[in-house]
Amino acid sequence: MVASTEQLDQLLERALRTSTAESTEALYLGQDSALTRFATNRIHQNVREHDATLQIRVIDGDRIGVASTNLLDEGGIRDVVERASAIAERSAPNPRSAILPEPDGREHDPELGYVASTADASPVRRAEGARAVIAAGEVKGLESSGSFATSVMTVAVANSRGIRARHRSSRAALLTVMMDGFGSGAASGYAHAGATDIGEIDAEALGIEAADKGEAMRGAGELEAGEYEVILEEYAVAGLLEYLSFIGFSGLAHEEGRSFMELGRQAMGESVNIWDDGSDPTGIPSVIDFEGVARRRVDLIEGGVARAVVHDAATGARAGTGSTGHGLPAPNLVGPLPLNLFMAPGSTPRDELIAGVERGVWVTRFHYINPVHPKKAILTGMTKDGTFLIEDGRLTRPLMNFRFTQAIPEAFSDVRAASSTTKLLPGEYADAYRVPALHLGSFNFTGVTAGEGGE
Amino acid sequence: MNDLIQRALDTADRLGADYADVRVVERRNEGLTVKNGALEAATSNVSAGFGVRVLVNGAWGFSSSAVLEPGEADRIAGEAIEIARASAVAQKEPIELDDTPPVTATYRTPYTEDPFAVSLDDKLRILMEADAAMARVPGVAIREGSVMAGRETKTFASTTGARIEQEIVEAGGGIEATAVNESEMQQRSYPNSFGGQAVTGGFEAVRLIDLAEHAQETAELAVALLDAPQCPSGEMDLILDSTQVALQIHESCGHPTELDRVFGTEASFAGTSFLTTDKLGSLRYASELVSIDGDASAPGGLGTFGYDDEGVPAQNVPLIENGLLVGYLTSRETAPVIGRRSMGSARAWTWSHIPLIRMTNINLRPGNAGSLDDLIADTRDGIFMSINKSWSIDDRRLNFQFGDQAGWLIKNGRRTKLVKNPTYTGITPRFWGSCDAICSASEWTLWGLPNCGKGEPMQVGHVGHGAAPARFRRVQVGVGRW
Repeated sequence: MVASTEQLDQLLERALRTSTAESTEALYLGQDSALTRFATNRIHQNVREHDATLQIRVIDGDRIGVASTNLLDEGGIRDVVERASAIAERSAPNPRSAILPEPDGREHDPELGYVASTADASPVRRAEGARAVIAAGEVKGLESSGSFATSVMTVAVANSRGIRARHRSSRAALLTVMMDGFGSGAASGYAHAGATDIGEIDAEALGIEAADKGEAMRGAGELEAGEYEVILEEYAVAGLLEYLSFIGFSGLAHEEGRSFMELGRQAMGESVNIWDDGSDPTGIPSVIDFEGVARRRVDLIEGGVARAVVHDAATGARAGTGSTGHGLPAPNLVGPLPLNLFMAPGSTPRDELIAGVERGVWVTRFHYINPVHPKKAILTGMTKDGTFLIEDGRLTRPLMNFRFTQAIPEAFSDVRAASSTTKLLPGEYADAYRVPALHLGSFNFTGVTAGEGGE
Repeated sequence: MNDLIQRALDTADRLGADYADVRVVERRNEGLTVKNGALEAATSNVSAGFGVRVLVNGAWGFSSSAVLEPGEADRIAGEAIEIARASAVAQKEPIELDDTPPVTATYRTPYTEDPFAVSLDDKLRILMEADAAMARVPGVAIREGSVMAGRETKTFASTTGARIEQEIVEAGGGIEATAVNESEMQQRSYPNSFGGQAVTGGFEAVRLIDLAEHAQETAELAVALLDAPQCPSGEMDLILDSTQVALQIHESCGHPTELDRVFGTEASFAGTSFLTTDKLGSLRYASELVSIDGDASAPGGLGTFGYDDEGVPAQNVPLIENGLLVGYLTSRETAPVIGRRSMGSARAWTWSHIPLIRMTNINLRPGNAGSLDDLIADTRDGIFMSINKSWSIDDRRLNFQFGDQAGWLIKNGRRTKLVKNPTYTGITPRFWGSCDAICSASEWTLWGLPNCGKGEPMQVGHVGHGAAPARFRRVQVGVGRW
């Protein structure tokens, strides 16, 4: 770890000076993170990590070498540059990828989303948050599990073409699952929140949300699988969006014909607008990418039409658009990715979404989503922690969990309503999502959970 | 390093730890990926650091740092103690560890050819030859091949006197062809998806799979799948190849036998388990043909080691015996709760993570159904599926759905029509209960799985699964609308 921005700058400059290659990039990734984990109403893991990695990418005659180390002394820097150079020297030229970005003149706030009180949060503060959640569950006779995490991430990039970029951000995230056992049909509730400022995490309110949901799930019964109208809470919408972004919004997936995105064509309903914006302070900002390029807002779906995909320096050069600031650390085999997605809200008050449903299913969130067919954007997964039957505009009974197998653009082509408010949720892999709850006309549930033991 | 270790243990002891352990780890990884005839990625990564785990008044604390200096050992040990004391804010029964005796020992992965000593030129030649063979097949849009090498050296020491030095060496490789048209994308991998095959051992494992020899047929199948008919829907007899049986074991037996999941400590993230301890010794998990072991000592397995990250020796322990649930994957904290001693499954991804219960090599014992061809010949009407491309399972590990890269319909004992996008779904004990044939030892392969995720912060586990092709009766296939 480096202690100051001056030391960080010196580290990157020293790395660049050590390299004799035509082009060199030095990427610093610093992490100071802590996580308090609780289950069965007690803290069972409580950890902290301090780490920093220096990654060097050298390019010589279109030959690329990448190496990394977390040994940041003089010897470590020399060793990592030598390893990257040795790889480049023996590599075959790869002009398609041998591209470093250059400065584009756009400014960014190097501390957007950094809150000192989050960075300084003590283990006692996290433990008290866990205790508040556990207390809310105990009121309803539920066992709580979850985690309360705080972290500071530093990304800094310098390259020999003039890029000098740095961003430090903080984040806090609290999630809980409350259950009354592990049997089939056991009650289960959920709540999750994230913010750059730990002061915005209301542990007690999250505990009450999960406990209320868990209590309402007591006595869950079966409902035949099939196609139903659905209300998807924000948690469920964010889960779908996360996987949709992996398989469809990358410039590389689009270039290789693996994406469902056909630019200029109607992909979803006219009310659907999805964009990525790492500089929006209402998200959890990450203002530069891992190549040091300031992230641009990219409108991916506009009025349901596939408008754009995101790019790094290499895919952006090939597409003729330039980088949109969505590069991952080199060498990047998965391509650029949007990590700060937003979905536009609608005009229906959240509490009134259900009023328009005669018979349908309320989904709190999805579990273990995975692509079945990326090009058709067919995903599968399970409902979890709050699935209910809706009849005549109200919740009538809790349901055991469903498996879904559904093409998501098809489901998003029939958005009957979106909530007028949005919720900020930390991503499992991305920074965060800000999304509304949705009322969809049809969603394909292809299976139900078994009875106890599955026998 | 000795000074750092001793300082950390002494500081933890002085500040009130009832127990403390230290792991000092250095991990080196090298990887090469060739894509469409060009070297797309060549990497060399080094990460080193240490982690200190303490028990104070029966509560855990852990901290870690990349700064390998004695003064930092004091700071990190002190931080771990502070964290453990904070854990007492929400604490029930004090944690107690089993009575595993501390040992002084060393372990090194045996290998023939050091994967770090093989030149980049040699590795590149292997990948380029495979790429050229795939390129000869018209219609392949994306050709990829990769090889990897890993070396982890670690020292484990505890306040009870354990001192263990290990060197774990890994190697692996594989190829994948992707064919694309307007509405379809189809892939075929060799010898498996998830990067191919991976082992603890040397580069001889990569030479053995002979990527170039299998490249053309791999590419041809990817292209053929584009125009293949969609997998039909309905209940059918299903034969899985050994790679898919391996993943089926991983998701529906490996994870639910992790005793920390059974006790609920993964409930908020990975989930729980239907294999609760009241079922131990009585639940019929599978048909009598099925026996599954957790074997950390299996030669070459990606989950093979000498000692786990709590200092417990590698063991081979039955989990499913003739279809009955008989065991769990355990740690020093969880095993005593069911009256047992740890069988040595607690492992950490890196120096900065705490050990969790991770699979070792979870192996299905081979059966006596002969070869895959014999098994197909013995099947009147069914479907054969090969190499995974999609997976999902519920939080209790009951309701699963898998998709494979290729399927072939079986009619009157013969493999017939190729079908695309084959999927199947089921409920774990019903599915394993329907297993009526497992191929013989000659078809058994110990597959490496390098991408198992668990825990918060997320930890990646390297695990193995020994499997042979197997048949399952009347399984729901062809799920969803296409």
